[in-house]
Amino acid sequence: MATLVFIENADDELSQQAVAFARGLGDGVAAVAIQDAAGYAPAAWAQTLVDLAEQRSATAVVGPGTDRGNEVMAHVAAKLGQPMAANCTSVSPGDPATVIRMRWGGSLLEEAAIHGSPLLMTSAAHAVAAEPIADTETVPVTASASAADRVARVVERIPASTGGVSLADADVVVSGGRGVGSAEGFAIIEELAELLGGAVGCSRAVTSAGWRPHSDQVGQTGTKVSPEIYIACGISGATQHMAGCKGAKRLLAINPDGEASIFAAADYAVIGDLHEVVPAISAEIRKVRA
Amino acid sequence: MNILVSVKRVPLTGGKITLTEDERAIQTRHLGFTVSPHEECAAEEAIRLVEQHGGESVVLTLGPAEAEEQLRDMMAIGIDRGIHLVTDGEEWDPQATAAAILAAIGEDGTSYDLLLFGNESADAGNYQVAIRVAHALGLPCVTGVKAISVDGNTLRCEQEVPGGRDVYEVPMPAVVTVKEGINLPRYPSVPGRMRAKRKPLAGAAPAWSESKLEMRRLLLPEGSSKQAEVLGTGADAAPAVVQILQELGVM
Ligand SMILES: Cc1cc2nc3c(=O)[nH]c(=O)nc-3n(C[C@H](O)[C@H](O)[C@H](O)COP(=O)(O)OP(=O)(O)OC[C@H]3O[C@@H](n4cnc5c(N)ncnc54)[C@H](O)[C@@H]3O)c2cc1C
Ligand SMILES: Nc1ncnc2c1ncn2[C@@H]1O[C@H](COP(=O)(O)O)[C@@H](O)[C@H]1O
Repeated sequence: MATLVFIENADDELSQQAVAFARGLGDGVAAVAIQDAAGYAPAAWAQTLVDLAEQRSATAVVGPGTDRGNEVMAHVAAKLGQPMAANCTSVSPGDPATVIRMRWGGSLLEEAAIHGSPLLMTSAAHAVAAEPIADTETVPVTASASAADRVARVVERIPASTGGVSLADADVVVSGGRGVGSAEGFAIIEELAELLGGAVGCSRAVTSAGWRPHSDQVGQTGTKVSPEIYIACGISGATQHMAGCKGAKRLLAINPDGEASIFAAADYAVIGDLHEVVPAISAEIRKVRA
Repeated sequence: MNILVSVKRVPLTGGKITLTEDERAIQTRHLGFTVSPHEECAAEEAIRLVEQHGGESVVLTLGPAEAEEQLRDMMAIGIDRGIHLVTDGEEWDPQATAAAILAAIGEDGTSYDLLLFGNESADAGNYQVAIRVAHALGLPCVTGVKAISVDGNTLRCEQEVPGGRDVYEVPMPAVVTVKEGINLPRYPSVPGRMRAKRKPLAGAAPAWSESKLEMRRLLLPEGSSKQAEVLGTGADAAPAVVQILQELGVM
């Protein structure tokens, strides 16, 4: 009886969470760290896990709820012809095993039965606390060399242009929605973000209108943020937007519509027109600092 | 270049999700429907590639009769024709979905150079249908793609990763999953909508197979509903806001 856990590396927080999640299955856990000098090749990495699962008669293979974790585990499932449950928040062993997993980027959950063996799943980000991965549990392996599995592989890395506060890591995010009204309207959002050393975010209504690039979009199909405070200006609070900012410690919403659903998720509310409120906040910050 | 795009009809939930009484579906009586933004971008990418390189773009869905609306939406922005695998409305699990898409590709007979998918479906988010299809066809698969360029028979795909972009180069035919942001999809024009009504739509009704990933019930995540503290109305609220920012130590 053994559970294999695919880890991106031993220091990666979501991989540590996947190991903690797998310990909940009750079997011995082996964390698999794949070395690949020739570059990441998802199908080859999956083959490595398939081979190891067979050698060790694994009863479950778990991955982290990351892009790579979900990708590699989906390849494992396709190779084995078995079901795979992505982004699980909990698992109950049994025949069949049942899981709770995320739908709609976490805005909805489902209970599902997995009719398959070995059990294949990924653990949802932040569903369980990360625990350190012990050296004794780590199995270093070299990625499979099968040529057919290496057709899709990383051939080059283009580094991100640096500069500015990254949206995903910012302590303060000032975010604008349709209520901002135009691309130019974002000047006051940028000003407040800059005063607070934060990043500018936006809703999909804004990117669809072409007012901001998609790299600023917060939400289910945008960036997930986890700042100390998220300041939502002229955003209604659609579930798909909230899926990206529910990791914020505090949420301040500025909206003239007291019925807007964003207020049901907010810690602080200002009822009003953002075109008046946001510049007033910036002016007040300058006054306090002077 | 012949390109197939797979899309899934989903409800456009607003600020709050309500479940049906049996807790097996979202209450959609007052909701509109759409496809995932990732899939909309996949359709836009297919249209652009065909504009540049010639060939045909086709949209496919597995879903209820009403999902014709989503196929017409994609044809209204420029997809050439549609394939509708009609279900009774019950959601198919990812293995059954992939099998139905594979059978439809075989049935259709077109030799596709590129199969485009969303990175994940908007509702189920299984992250796997495309990979299963690629595996069954023995094709390379690149996921989460934010830029595609074509050089002869080679596709160059860029994928966003922490710290930059990873580049993949794969020969066609290939399977690619797309993320929103790869392009800004066009809006349908009125003539586009008119033309879409007359574009060819093929139908089939594949047989249901038992789910190996079996949804038993839906649950709403625990009480995220808060009682917001009202700091004030209009510009007069500014001092109270700044006090909170100071308390939080972000000033
Ligand atoms: C599968 C899927 C994925 C999606 N992914 C995302 C995503 O990643 N991110 C995202 O944001 N959306 C996403 N959406 C879209 C989402 O459903 C909403 O359509 C979108 O979030 C609405 O943006 P909004 O709040 O800016 O606009 P609206 O809903 O139109 O709200 C505008 C708000 O501005 C307020 N307002 C108007 N004037 C003012 C003013 N002067 N001052 C202050 N407030 C004012 C109004 O009262 C209103 O509440 C997704 C949708 C789907 C189906
Ligand atoms: N019912 C469906 N009909 C057509 N395409 C689908 C369907 N379900 C999933 N897909 C495609 O597969 C992708 C991944 O879905 P999933 O594996 O559920 O996350 C989606 O973005 C769609 O492109």
